[in-house]
Amino acid sequence: MKEILKRLPREGAQRAASVPDNLWVRCPRCKELQYTKEHEQSLKVCSKCKYHWPLTARERIDATLDAGTFREIDAGMHSSDPLHFSSRGEVYGDKLEQYARQTGAAESFIYGTGAVDGQSLVFGVTEFGFAGGSMGAVFGEKLTRAIELARRELLPLVVVSSGGGARMQEGTISLLQMAKTVAALDRFKAAGLPFLSVMADPCLGGMTASYAILGDVNIAEPGAYIGFAGRRVIEQTMRQKLPQNAARAEFLLEHGMIDIVVARAELPSLLGRLVRLLATSNPAVARRRGRVEQHAGV
Amino acid sequence: MLEFESSLRPLEHQLEEVRRRQAGNGSSADEEQLRSRLEDGLRDIYSQLTPWQKAQVARHRERPYTLDYLQWAFSDFVELHGDRSFADDRSIVGGPAMLEGRPVMVVGQQKGRDTKENLTRNFGMPHPEGYRKAERLMKAAERLGLPVVTFVDTPGAHAGLEDEERGQSEAIASSISTMLDLRVPTVCVIIGEGGSGGALAIAVADRILMLEHSTFTVASPEAAAAILWRDAAYAPDAAASMRITAQELRQLGLIDCIVPEPLGGAHQDHAAAARAVAEAVLSALVELESMREDERLDRRYDKYRRISFIEE
Repeated sequence: MKEILKRLPREGAQRAASVPDNLWVRCPRCKELQYTKEHEQSLKVCSKCKYHWPLTARERIDATLDAGTFREIDAGMHSSDPLHFSSRGEVYGDKLEQYARQTGAAESFIYGTGAVDGQSLVFGVTEFGFAGGSMGAVFGEKLTRAIELARRELLPLVVVSSGGGARMQEGTISLLQMAKTVAALDRFKAAGLPFLSVMADPCLGGMTASYAILGDVNIAEPGAYIGFAGRRVIEQTMRQKLPQNAARAEFLLEHGMIDIVVARAELPSLLGRLVRLLATSNPAVARRRGRVEQHAGV
Repeated sequence: MLEFESSLRPLEHQLEEVRRRQAGNGSSADEEQLRSRLEDGLRDIYSQLTPWQKAQVARHRERPYTLDYLQWAFSDFVELHGDRSFADDRSIVGGPAMLEGRPVMVVGQQKGRDTKENLTRNFGMPHPEGYRKAERLMKAAERLGLPVVTFVDTPGAHAGLEDEERGQSEAIASSISTMLDLRVPTVCVIIGEGGSGGALAIAVADRILMLEHSTFTVASPEAAAAILWRDAAYAPDAAASMRITAQELRQLGLIDCIVPEPLGGAHQDHAAAARAVAEAVLSALVELESMREDERLDRRYDKYRRISFIEE
């Protein structure tokens, strides 16, 4: 695994492999054909049905943060394959290498510092192409470190989540990452800092049922499937077809689970406004921030 | 009798036969001998159960459930009902009870033993209102200074459209968050199936104990097999590779202690199983109560914080 990581292209040049060089792309929801170039200019939002396609972590960073502000942390952290999972042709170690090659990322979660509207924050984002954005030990560890960093530096925290939930091949270790991240988040929140949680299509299971739904503000992209269980599982449980809008962002808004459904292009300005509104008033935070800055000689 | 125990069936028939013949005349040397051979057989089988076989024992219909432990190991249990906003979910039971003369708050998932009861209990698969009831009881316990004891026994949280409407994800996440922050000592006992987030919602305690033949999984073996190989029939393979047994999880350092079961599984002797559980819970509580509150909370944070298994 370490070998593979060394051979990965450097930040910026990566992800070229995941961008199709086809002239046309077809929307998976409405089947409409559109020019690849226009599609990318519109941040991968379907021009007809407005379906928000999954973005790679890098695309999400570019589409959300002020240009050139992102500084990635712990980029090389990778799975130790703690269970040595290998069964029925599913060799997890090989899969990890394959995901790394395909995405140029070492794991399914990326974090660092950055700015929105000139305001500093800690930013985390899932890499959906890496094991379906699933949460294993590395995801849990990096997210926890992101939360702890934000708490230490008194910065707001923004996480964009899209993934299938906990990762099977790391078993109960994956499950317990839910506890670890929530524990860290509780301490972060108790320190008087805001957590803005953005959910993109699809956001399921272990992530939704832990940190992702616990935002001070829960934000979703239009049409995103967000739920405890996936469509197929619910249909099996209910023994009936689900209505098209079930467990989509608008359904969750209606049922009181999220605060705002926002188009991709509007997300940066929304985040900027929320950070200004929520991250500057807490007097305890302001006092500590003053001390931290004094200490740093600012 | 479970499939892997079928080699003992002839012995069991013989024993029944002997017992019937000597009805009421005390036990004979024959009976003693048969019984000891049966016990040896059970000991053999139960000392080398595969993970999938353990999953079967963990789901055994006669296995003691939360209410059985409440009956055998606790006294003065007063069941409290409802989440105060929507409904009472019967797949989670809870309320104050006495454990060896000390009041504690008990919360646990409850399965049914027959079809009728299982309909009431929803096969031990809680809805959001179940987790909100659990959260409400845990918060009351914190305010009143009662330690919290949870019993985990669920294939997973229920996954229907109504659960999405009422916020299953939020209910589970919020319960995890609340339990992690409780200022009172917390002990969780996984008594049967510890299935996924639905189990975790009431499992994040200072101490996680597991019964000898219980399981704790990221997803049920069937669900994991469906995800990994698109076929639930490979559940035994998933069970074998996901490290779901108490023994494997103890080795990984993910749980604190294994509570031994009576020979042949907890279903053979509810009273004995409950005695072992009561003893283990008590000793965990005594240890936790000897710590200062902030020390206990820091240790709880570290307990989950250090589950890393990464390479840098």
